[in-house]
Amino acid sequence: MTLRRALWRLLRMLPLLLALAGGCATTEDRDPRDPLEPLNRAVFRFNEVVDDAVMKPVATAYRNVLHEQIRGRIRNFFSNLGDLWIGVNDVLQGKFFDGFEDGMRFVFNSTFGIFGLHDVASDMGIEKRDEDFGQTLGRWGVGDGPYIVLPILSSSTLRDTVGWGVDIFVGDPVNEFRPIALRNSSYALRLVNRRADLLEASRILEQAALDKYVFQRDAYLQRRRSQIYDGNAPREPRQRDEDEAPAKEPAKEAPKEPARPPAEEAPAKPR
Amino acid sequence: MKTIINAIFGGLLAVCALACRAQELPPDELVKNVTTEIVQLITKDKEIRSGNRGKLIQVIEAKILPHFNFSSMTALAVGQNWSKATPEQKKRLVEEFKTLLVRTYASALAAYSEQRFDFRPLRARPTDTDVTVNVRVIQAGAQPVPIDYSMEKTAAGWKVYDVMVGGVSLVANYRTEFNATVREVGIEGLIRNLQAKNRSLDAAPPAENK
Repeated sequence: MTLRRALWRLLRMLPLLLALAGGCATTEDRDPRDPLEPLNRAVFRFNEVVDDAVMKPVATAYRNVLHEQIRGRIRNFFSNLGDLWIGVNDVLQGKFFDGFEDGMRFVFNSTFGIFGLHDVASDMGIEKRDEDFGQTLGRWGVGDGPYIVLPILSSSTLRDTVGWGVDIFVGDPVNEFRPIALRNSSYALRLVNRRADLLEASRILEQAALDKYVFQRDAYLQRRRSQIYDGNAPREPRQRDEDEAPAKEPAKEAPKEPARPPAEEAPAKPR
Repeated sequence: MKTIINAIFGGLLAVCALACRAQELPPDELVKNVTTEIVQLITKDKEIRSGNRGKLIQVIEAKILPHFNFSSMTALAVGQNWSKATPEQKKRLVEEFKTLLVRTYASALAAYSEQRFDFRPLRARPTDTDVTVNVRVIQAGAQPVPIDYSMEKTAAGWKVYDVMVGGVSLVANYRTEFNATVREVGIEGLIRNLQAKNRSLDAAPPAENK
């Protein structure tokens, strides 16, 4: 089976890849945000195989079998459970009113919305927010760290991997579901529902990208930056050189940039 | 007689005023009008709804393309290597990048289903020549997705030079990719890659459910 073969190939390559990623300083062209690129690309390829063999077919079947109304209820149910932890993160980031609103969402949706199946809070004008512990860490000034492609879960960074761990083990009510079988099937249902929601997006990504790995990585890093700033990231100056990317984020290895002299670039258009 | 002449004259003036206004439409109104028009078109047109990709691409080329400044977009996406390209190469780059974006846009529009748009008021001074127009796509049970159009004022009216979806800039995203490609295979290589990509999309657009 292709899946098992891919897994084995990956495992066999692992020591080599780690050595490559760690010890190889000769490829100076590598993106400074992605020092583990060879390893990441291997995991990315592995994820693609799993996605094609399992996730995408299951999500597609799920979408074709279940009506959007029902999928919407399932989405709402898990979304509602997530609102409490979103509220905690808002408070941790000092956004007390937002946190209060997230709490109100949970209260209204769990009661009037019948266990969160209906998102009545949105209809009342209390908007859904999107927070997680990785964003909180970012807000506290923790830099991205190296970009990491996690098996199955895909794009992440060192900071977001730590954040995700906290999200899952501290902030995820599904983790408390008992019996274990119920918890595990809830995890699976949530994952499939999420993948089904992303079917269109992944199809568009497939079309837009010359190199899907690079496209997805850059989109992820940009997206996270925007989320940390709640969509109000300082506007990037419009200029025609590539090296401004690391400099924009003060927390990110700005001094480690001697490889390309910025001086020789065409001066940015004053705007 | 005099009143008739006056009426005709007034009418002409009014027509001119309308036409001139259309030219000078503020950026946020422009985005709103075009978006509303496109959504109406694609939800009403039976051929497009049943998956006629060619027709959808025609609509995009007729209605949306005129409001984009593709040479600006391409120059920004190619980044520092833009100045190294010959005028002829630049022309081909713009052409290929435009084709790729139109194909991608067609797929994005084909996925449209009843989302609502929230057009945000423009936060800019009247003298500004470079503004961001914010639109939010609202869907039930999820955080609204912001779409930000970076627009610049040109002699031919306001033109879009970058689109940010959920904080992800299209131009910035292509820049890393294009840079890496140019470093490996040069500008000619980048053009070849874009051509190959476009050809593969025309031959077999990714299936709805793969």
